Amino acid sequence: MEPSEIQKLANLAMLDINEETAKETASSITDVLALIDQLQAADTDGVAPMAHPLDAVQVLRADNITESDQRDTLMTVAPQTDSGLFLVPKVVE
Amino acid sequence: MHNLTIAELVKGLQNKTFSSQELTQQTLDRIHAVDPTFNSFISVSDERALQQAKAADALLAKGDAPTLCGVPIAQKDIFCTNGTLTTCGSKMLHNFVPPYDATVVDNYNAAGAVMVGKTNMDEFAMGSSNETSFFGSVKNPWDTNCVPGGSSGGSAAAVAAQLVAGATATDTGGSIRQPAALCGITGLKPTYGRVSRWGMIAFASSLDQAGTMTRTAEDAAIMLQTMASYDSKDSTCVDHPIDDYRASLNNSIEGLTIGLPKEYFGEGLDPGTQARVEEAIKQFESMGAKVKEISLPHSSLSVPAYYVIAPAECSANLSRFDGVRYGHRCENPADLEDLYKRSRGEGFGDEVKRRILVGAYALSAGYYDAYYNKAQKVRRLIKQDFVDAFKDVDVIMGPTSPTPAFEFGSKSDDPIAMYLEDIYTIATNLAGLPGMSIPCGLVGDKPVGLQLIGNYFNEAKLLNVAHQFQQATHFHTLAPQFLKGDK
Repeated sequence: MEPSEIQKLANLAMLDINEETAKETASSITDVLALIDQLQAADTDGVAPMAHPLDAVQVLRADNITESDQRDTLMTVAPQTDSGLFLVPKVVE
Repeated sequence: MHNLTIAELVKGLQNKTFSSQELTQQTLDRIHAVDPTFNSFISVSDERALQQAKAADALLAKGDAPTLCGVPIAQKDIFCTNGTLTTCGSKMLHNFVPPYDATVVDNYNAAGAVMVGKTNMDEFAMGSSNETSFFGSVKNPWDTNCVPGGSSGGSAAAVAAQLVAGATATDTGGSIRQPAALCGITGLKPTYGRVSRWGMIAFASSLDQAGTMTRTAEDAAIMLQTMASYDSKDSTCVDHPIDDYRASLNNSIEGLTIGLPKEYFGEGLDPGTQARVEEAIKQFESMGAKVKEISLPHSSLSVPAYYVIAPAECSANLSRFDGVRYGHRCENPADLEDLYKRSRGEGFGDEVKRRILVGAYALSAGYYDAYYNKAQKVRRLIKQDFVDAFKDVDVIMGPTSPTPAFEFGSKSDDPIAMYLEDIYTIATNLAGLPGMSIPCGLVGDKPVGLQLIGNYFNEAKLLNVAHQFQQATHFHTLAPQFLKGDK
């Protein structure tokens, strides 16, 4: 994998990485990809993908209100807030 | 008092031999005095602990104290603790004080346990050596030039150094069992879904499972009894009856059938480790167990399948760290995209970034079927190997880790060498089975772990087998050199 491909992936994953890291990561990821390519040799015809070890299905519950409003408490950990809103740099001109 | 087990501490507290406040103060003093050498704690909660101890003493005085009332334990820093810093070993969460408790923490609070602090770990639980922690690596109490294993290296080292009698931990690919092996203690990873993941910071949701670090199997039984619960807040938690884990500890293991997977005794296994494991198996035979060679034919695919599934799920889970709602935010962002990218770029360490990138690649358009879907199919084949094996055997045994503790830096530049540390533990996570590591002797002056794998929800059997071994052997009582003569 080329450093330019790493930069493209990093961009998609919203990660800022510098040229040096991109170069190092390109070589280590190439090794990781070689490792995971061993999967291609496995015969998986007719095998269903396994998402939960016990094949449990998504649990659903009645759509009732069970939690009280904790907006102020939950927002205490945010880096920047104002009047119950999260603040970010201006998005729309 | 620091050399007492949880079972002994419970007895001492209930018989009023010592109070929880005395015990807790002594525990805190010892952590402050000893832990600077090992760095097994990220934070120590003196105030919270002493408050809990005072409340515990009041309950003990009344005589209706819950199971762990007044016993000091440590929580891995992956569990959210209301009002107490929770970092997950990352710069990303260096300032994160959760406004709520994880279900596991709730359960310990309800049992009356005293939380003395939060243990160090590989960043976001990604690592097998504790070298990726933003708060510095943890030193192995047996040899401070060596790693304690990871990711739950802080919990393992804290228990091995007898700073606490028990600690919580989590295991996604071996993160309880491998550090337990390298630090010479007892580690238990329950069946996937046995313990709630709510409030446990997610790495790979279909693999993550919380468990225990203790010195004995009996203590693991006591801790699991507290941790195990069905929780509607974790949709992957399984509503299955919870056994009385202590009730069966003393059952005879006469006639037990032990499966030895031939794939776990091949190339790459350190000869000293192999010798200790084989001696342990002989010990079981002398206690009336039968041994059967078995095969888990898809074993060699477990590391490749894991390194697709775990990074894919990690890249999705870690997308929540955006610098907006909690955690690290970069200085002076130019725009929203710059805020996301620099907050994440500055907040995450190299191994975490590498896994996010591998995961993003495996999930990207055109590759999903070739990687993620393929890995999920292979995962079913790996599970089927175990299902077939358990038709003929009660417990599977083998080494926990291919080598004893290794030196700092010896694998940190080679991700593949590090990933192979978990070659014997990963399949258990992919299959969702319970597993344990118990001490089975030394190679030189370093401990070796024997791995026990059980059938689904058969933690009671694993604990019974481990306890019987510990009744007949002394390996779990061996302690690091620095503790010699220290009572």
